[in-house]
Amino acid sequence: MQFLITVLLDGLIYASYLFIVSLGLTITFGVMKILNVAHGGFFAWGAYLASISIIYLGDNEYNSFLYYFAIFLSAIIVGLFFGYIIEKFILRKMYNEDIHLIVLATFGLFWILEDLILHVFGVDPLMPYYPAMELGGIEVGGIFQGVYSLTLAGLAIIVAFICWYFLKKTKYGKVLQSVIFDREVSVSMGINVTKVYLITFIIGGMLGALGGAYIAPTISVSPGFAIDVVVMSFAVVVIGGMGSVPGALIGSLIVGLVRAFAVHQAPILELFIIYAIMAIVLIIKPEGLFAPPKPRKI
Amino acid sequence: MFKGILKEQTIQVGIGFVFIVVLLGTFILPEWMSNNFMYGLSRGLAVLGLMILWRTNLVSFGHALYYGFGAYAVAIAQKYLGVTDVFLRILIAIAAAGLLGFVLGFILRRYREIFFAMLSLAFSMVLYGLLAKAEFLGSTDGMSISPSTMFGFELGRFGLFYFIGFVVILSLIFAHAYLRSSLGHLTTAIMDNEIRVEYLGYSVEKAIHIKYVISACLAGGAGGLMAAALGQVDPDSMVLWSVSGELVFVTIMAGLGNILAPFVGAIFFEFIRTYAYEFAPQAWQMIIGGTLLAIIFFLPGGLWSLFQKINPFKKEKK
Repeated sequence: MQFLITVLLDGLIYASYLFIVSLGLTITFGVMKILNVAHGGFFAWGAYLASISIIYLGDNEYNSFLYYFAIFLSAIIVGLFFGYIIEKFILRKMYNEDIHLIVLATFGLFWILEDLILHVFGVDPLMPYYPAMELGGIEVGGIFQGVYSLTLAGLAIIVAFICWYFLKKTKYGKVLQSVIFDREVSVSMGINVTKVYLITFIIGGMLGALGGAYIAPTISVSPGFAIDVVVMSFAVVVIGGMGSVPGALIGSLIVGLVRAFAVHQAPILELFIIYAIMAIVLIIKPEGLFAPPKPRKI
Repeated sequence: MFKGILKEQTIQVGIGFVFIVVLLGTFILPEWMSNNFMYGLSRGLAVLGLMILWRTNLVSFGHALYYGFGAYAVAIAQKYLGVTDVFLRILIAIAAAGLLGFVLGFILRRYREIFFAMLSLAFSMVLYGLLAKAEFLGSTDGMSISPSTMFGFELGRFGLFYFIGFVVILSLIFAHAYLRSSLGHLTTAIMDNEIRVEYLGYSVEKAIHIKYVISACLAGGAGGLMAAALGQVDPDSMVLWSVSGELVFVTIMAGLGNILAPFVGAIFFEFIRTYAYEFAPQAWQMIIGGTLLAIIFFLPGGLWSLFQKINPFKKEKK
């Protein structure tokens, strides 16, 4: 029982964090058909900017509101700044190119963003643990668990709800869906697809940065830590179905829970099992578990 | 298939090129520089494999699977069977990677575009997950490889260099023979229109499968040579997805125009990396990323298109 609760808690926390990151990736793919490797760069930048601002605010209990403000602000700044520059000056010129070239370009951007971090923030690991320490921990079914990590699950639910509301209930959501469905028809209907792409890319980047910024207080933020996250969120997105929002949710739950189970039960299989699931899903249902089937174009 | 192949200009230029590189590397240049040539030639084999796949518009973002598998096959053969002979090493690496490619090919040959890329990525990460945690294979520390021998005598660095040059020449001849055969021409046709190829009576899946196995063998051979050259195998620098990304990057940097391009590109890449690391240790990734973007934007044909502009033996084929 104890074991089950540990696995469930660990898995859910990890899944929430993965969900926020891979939601950004899946939205970008759904709308723009771009597999954005540079997403890891957004993630790392969000984490670093949030860490540095939290450390700047210092360990002060009057600051608790400011910590969260700093986290969200970092995510927004990173998404806006890099998202705008990358989409407007690089990706926009490539939409007619081969899809593999675009992936490679974002791979180059990922390298550049990674090294920029070294220059801006230095090479020493940052540990902005104050917000996590301030909230303390509680016992859940006999397991001691940090409250801050639990709020991550809350954040994931809020993000999922906002995303659902935005896509299904607002006018802009409908515009987005029409662009996802068919770009050319949307253009002929008078939708400014260029603008939609820019905004989507920025929002996707913000979500990636938010994942990094929010997880930062619970880890040691050091150079190169984003490299695992990129491919892990790729696995989530592929399992759920590329471009599908409920897919990202289910995918991150599967990956989070399976990984937690493997970590506690068979650590040797930790990485293997996630990618094995990814491979099996691709073999059985290449479009992913939740993507709608696509007609084959001749 | 191999008839008259030595009379082809590509092969003559290729053999000349390999000879010059090997001579430069063994007699003229200092060791650190000649290492770049040696690694470049070895990794060029994997890039050649990727290039052959790319001609059908299949881009594998997991070719480090075969690269690392070949390297680990060499390491395992040494640990459990005591194999250090360089001929056996390369044969084991190629056979292991080829066998894996043959098995996985049954699945992968049905996939195209981004799904092909993603599934290859998944397979390579499965191997990475296993190797990074397998303690009897040294987990993330990897294993060390003892110096290669030939017929019982130690080969030394120069000897290994000559051997690498020999393997590269053989692969050039083989790759060229394959690409000019009807099977090779078919794969370009597949890129244009699969259904028409099927109507012509060829099996698209079979053609892709053969191509995939060839590509896997080349990548495995590259891994085996690299293991012997470096004296070390480890998952982070041989199997991780970023290694696959590097290989794809070198492919696009080199250009798809000629079977020599991968080797030129791979050597060039080793030099950028060494120099960037030497002069700007905190910015070498930025330099490589910037080079990648610059090539995609300004030199879509890759480095090879530069050579074509100044080609002294200009004789447009085809």
